[in-house]
Amino acid sequence: MLKVTINQNLCVGAGMCVLSSAEVFDQRDEDGVAVVLEPYPPERLSDVVRGAARKCPALAITVEEVTDAGAAG
Amino acid sequence: MSIDTVDAPLFPLKRDARCPFDPPPEYSEFRAAGGPKKMRLWNGQHCWIFTSFEDVRKVMTEMRFSSAPTTPNFPMLSPSREAVLSTQPTFIRMDPPAHGPLRRMFTREFMIKRVEAMRPRIEGLVSELYDELEDKGAPAEIVHEFALPLTSTVISEFLGVPAEDRLFFQEQSRLKMLMDVGPEIPRDASARLIDYFDQLLKKKEADPHANDDMLSRLVIDHVQPGHLSHEDAVAHADLLIMAGHETTANQIALGLLTFLQNPDQKELLLGEPALLKSAVDEMLRYHSIVQYNAPRVALEDVDINGHMVRAGEAVFALVAAANRDPDAFECPNKFDITRNPDNHLAFSYGVHQCLGQPLARTELQSVFGTIFRRFPGLRLAVPFEEVEFKFDHFVYGIEALPVAW
Repeated sequence: MLKVTINQNLCVGAGMCVLSSAEVFDQRDEDGVAVVLEPYPPERLSDVVRGAARKCPALAITVEEVTDAGAAG
Repeated sequence: MSIDTVDAPLFPLKRDARCPFDPPPEYSEFRAAGGPKKMRLWNGQHCWIFTSFEDVRKVMTEMRFSSAPTTPNFPMLSPSREAVLSTQPTFIRMDPPAHGPLRRMFTREFMIKRVEAMRPRIEGLVSELYDELEDKGAPAEIVHEFALPLTSTVISEFLGVPAEDRLFFQEQSRLKMLMDVGPEIPRDASARLIDYFDQLLKKKEADPHANDDMLSRLVIDHVQPGHLSHEDAVAHADLLIMAGHETTANQIALGLLTFLQNPDQKELLLGEPALLKSAVDEMLRYHSIVQYNAPRVALEDVDINGHMVRAGEAVFALVAAANRDPDAFECPNKFDITRNPDNHLAFSYGVHQCLGQPLARTELQSVFGTIFRRFPGLRLAVPFEEVEFKFDHFVYGIEALPVAW
């Protein structure tokens, strides 16, 4: 399964990730910095999440393949 | 490799006036040759021109390039651009670490969910403007009777700038965009805008709770606590009003003309409204209206996909060329609203990607989601050859777009 993380120090609040998937990503009310709502997004959103990482202008999103055990831990 | 030769061709290049939707034809030659092209600016300075999608993306995410006009050797496109870039800097012309904290004073205002909340108001304005066009009757002129009133009203309300001043800031912003005029023209226009926003910000500083608008919030959250000087607030108000109306109005007019010239695409959109998002991204990609973005200067030696840019050398990473790269977009010179090109670089890329893009997208979707249903017989009221394009403006567009229905 996929694990999604955001480096909030790099985020420039462009909102491209939220446009890709508002299920997985949101923006903090105080400054628009992106947050991950679903760190282990469901399978059906895999392509969308990978697309969000590619489109992030600040290269702040990391998507990695992890085992279920890793997710549980 | 050095760029100190004297015979490099002059940049910027001109578009072919017979193909006004396309960037200068040389871009595809440069791209096919591989690597950047060495060119020369008006003041004799040399620069590297990057035209491939991957190279442009790489330059824009590379932190060893500076976006600050104060960095030595920063490339200036013309004397008038130099005048504009010599004014008080805003975050779009700053490098880290100064850039981030300043940009973050504005990011929450343009969050997707906040802009989404503005959609009903924007759609209402679009509808009111359609009513006005209809009441007045054909022919109508889209740029000044529809596109500019829409985008100016939206950004005025958002910022808290009196909407009745829109003809003033529209005209001054237009003067600031001119590339081939004496430097005093944009310099004087900048000074008038700075005076205007100085007065406006002073009013808001005197009573910041009188209105709930972006500039009042900026005063309360950042000017009063001392994070942002009055002068910086003024410079950013000027940036936001210009970026907020001129660009989107140009895109509306160009997008509309492109649909009128491609009736098959108009029919596709009418038949399948779900294509709207893709259609808007396609018009952004196809036109890439900020035609000479992005100028940078290398702070250190930087390898861009096998080409070494030396410290102190200037580059232009041209989004208008990257968005027509056949390696990134199949048949890139075709306007095809089904391609969903949502990785395009029209809003730039890297830390300087357009802050207002959610607002621009919402405005474009509000217009192109409705205009052909509201005016099914919409057509150009003059021959295409008579349409005047903004060849000599920093942001591309159309001077006037007469239509009938």
